[in-house]
Amino acid sequence: MSFLRHGYVTGPLIGALWMVITGFTVAVVLSFSTGEPFRPVFWACLVWGALMWVPASRRAGPIGALIGGLVLLAATLLGVGPVVVGAEVSGLTAAITGLALALATMVPLRHMLTELPLGAATRHAFEHAVIRFLTGAGYVIFTALVAIPFYVMVMTSLKNQQQLVQNPLDFSIDLTRGWDLLSSYVELFADFGFGGYLWTSFYVSVLTVLITLLFSVPGAYAVARLRFTGRTVFSRSILLIYMVPMIVLALPIYIAFSMTGLRNTITGIVLIYPVTTIPVALYMLQGYFRGLPAEVEEAGLMDGLTRLRVIWKITLPLSLPALASVSLYVFMIAWNEFLLAFMLLDDPSKFTLTRGVAMLNSSEIPRQHLMAGAVIATVPIMALFLGLEKFMTKGLTAGAVKG
Amino acid sequence: MTDITPSKTPPRGHGPLARREARLAWGLLLPTILSVSLVVVLPLLSIFWISFKPIGLADLRPPVPVAREDLRDAGEASQHVRYRLQNRSQDKPITDVVLTDTLPEGVTAGTLPEQCALDGAALTCIIGTLDPKARLTLELPVTFAAGFDAEALEDAIEDETEALATGKADNILTNAEFTFENFARIFDDDEFLAVLWATVFYTVVGTVGALVVGLFAALLLNKEFKGQGLLRGLYLFPYVAPVIAVSFTWVILLDPFSGSVNALLVQMGLADAPINFFGERPLALIMVTVFEIWRYFPLSFLFILARMQSIDTDMYEAADMDGASPFQQFWYLSVPQLLGILSVLFLLRFIWTFNKFDDIFLLTGGNAGTRTLTVNVYEQAFAVSNIGAGAAVAVVVFCVLLVFSIFFLKYVSREEGL
Repeated sequence: MSFLRHGYVTGPLIGALWMVITGFTVAVVLSFSTGEPFRPVFWACLVWGALMWVPASRRAGPIGALIGGLVLLAATLLGVGPVVVGAEVSGLTAAITGLALALATMVPLRHMLTELPLGAATRHAFEHAVIRFLTGAGYVIFTALVAIPFYVMVMTSLKNQQQLVQNPLDFSIDLTRGWDLLSSYVELFADFGFGGYLWTSFYVSVLTVLITLLFSVPGAYAVARLRFTGRTVFSRSILLIYMVPMIVLALPIYIAFSMTGLRNTITGIVLIYPVTTIPVALYMLQGYFRGLPAEVEEAGLMDGLTRLRVIWKITLPLSLPALASVSLYVFMIAWNEFLLAFMLLDDPSKFTLTRGVAMLNSSEIPRQHLMAGAVIATVPIMALFLGLEKFMTKGLTAGAVKG
Repeated sequence: MTDITPSKTPPRGHGPLARREARLAWGLLLPTILSVSLVVVLPLLSIFWISFKPIGLADLRPPVPVAREDLRDAGEASQHVRYRLQNRSQDKPITDVVLTDTLPEGVTAGTLPEQCALDGAALTCIIGTLDPKARLTLELPVTFAAGFDAEALEDAIEDETEALATGKADNILTNAEFTFENFARIFDDDEFLAVLWATVFYTVVGTVGALVVGLFAALLLNKEFKGQGLLRGLYLFPYVAPVIAVSFTWVILLDPFSGSVNALLVQMGLADAPINFFGERPLALIMVTVFEIWRYFPLSFLFILARMQSIDTDMYEAADMDGASPFQQFWYLSVPQLLGILSVLFLLRFIWTFNKFDDIFLLTGGNAGTRTLTVNVYEQAFAVSNIGAGAAVAVVVFCVLLVFSIFFLKYVSREEGL
């Protein structure tokens, strides 16, 4: 291990690995945004990256880094760099590739290697360099892995069949098509009734939230504040109950709904959704209620309020943030719910949004429609999430024992 | 005068106030208990019941007698209404079959068949038992009163007044017929070991993977910098987005014929031919596990980050002064602090990954060696149309889960002080 702790070993190693990451990232990003062929060469990445250690190291200074970047640019233009540009790619794009590669490699690499001497390094200097490399690599890889599917989802929905078949790598937007870009969405709303699905999903989710709160607030209060025999057993069984997998319950529910005629009705869905969320909400809320000072409530009791008035006048106003978190979380569960909607709804006029998107997954319906449906299902919940992120993350951490 | 001696021990038992409080508590809990037991406990019991029943999807509705009527030999002397009854079930008799019909105005019945009785215009025929696959024909001679249009009367007989047949059939769900065949079938199945293996792999690798990746993400974001909030929001996307949207995106992205990833791999020279990610063993199982990690790392990341930010920074400063290197600080200071949340997360995620159904169902439909126990429930019940076998798998799932949960409660209740 200790021979690793030398600038001339660690430096080239980090440089080589970093170059592999930047090489592949630049190639993927440019491929996806222009649709033209870019090919990272693994061995060339390793070699170039190892070499770049010299100009990026502390001794070389900014001038050295600049020279290193220019060499990378020139190598890319000459076709011997870490990323080989296809023959049909224009000179400008090739230059942009080289420039992006030079910047993405040299600037972070210099930062990673600032503390690293050329010769023997202290443990601190070595580990800092490694941590900086891991951090940089982590940002790039995580962001790419998370962002690419969503990017592809949105871009595919803006394409037409012909473009998709022609080049599956081309995710650039052809602005000359104008409003035609949104044709998949127009078709979904006009011919597939997605407006109706959106509305159904919305009011089913809102009703679910309301019913859930109506049931879980008193329940959570009782578990958190009141003393009664069986309290511990009850709060444990709540946890147990929401560990029961939905697929196990879905079968008898399907049978019961088939027999009572509740299958294929929105009423059935609204009846069943809250029950799946009540245990989670109860669990989350009782945790919060326990954290509230009991003295305020006792003062209310002394002043002659009944327990129910205390809940209404004191506990609930104090726990508004928790109620917001729980509501958002329950709304998210109901909005994203797929299994029950899929099993219980067959009639296209009564679909929720997730069921509607599942309907689009057929070989007769083009992919861009499916992706447009996915975007329609994702955007509202994302907007809600980004707008109220504070509450949402709180809700997730409080209740997210559920998956 | 009574001598009041103060009791040496505090009062025992429940006073009226305590009883009132308990009553209120149960009152507040009642709606929850009722609804949850109706939708969770009742189905759970019924799934145990069904798992011992030889029942298929088609048996959900008990057989009913089917009746049809038409007018024969219209206008002739032998003019009559013909009723045809049928039991379409292949193996179950229908008992207490009764046929009812109303004769339209202007129609007079002749000699009634022996089973039938006429009360005004209402005809009732008591038929008794219809054997499986049995058919029965009844003929009722009728004459039309003068002044009525024969065509209109014929329509009235055949369409306006429908003949109704009712009967009782043995319902497989409620009778006393039990069998172990369902369990025998699922355990004997050649695929059962493969199902078990897929479940174990998916659960263990998915859980550990999501934890490790989440820990790494939390380490990345556990520092103040511009755009930290933005990045944190972005990293939560996979978890917040509807499963249906992200799973279809993955399927399209990795499609062997027109997927972008395959096009990219081929173009970069990393693969010679497109790879069928969700269609080949064992790649499909690996891919659904990767999807699971991708989708649920945000959750562990969120929990771990929250815990990290509550660790006192003084400790790290002291360690710095003592010359501890960054890795030493992580290993000897952070990891022990995080061990509690990591183990809770592990147990919870383990149970939830074990329960997972939607993701695999949407990605592969349980094909190519990705059929886990939960997917098998659906597969048996709906694809093979054998509700009993599906229920039997569900019972197995539930029992495994019960074991986990007991373990979990023992452990987590200590951690969270429940």
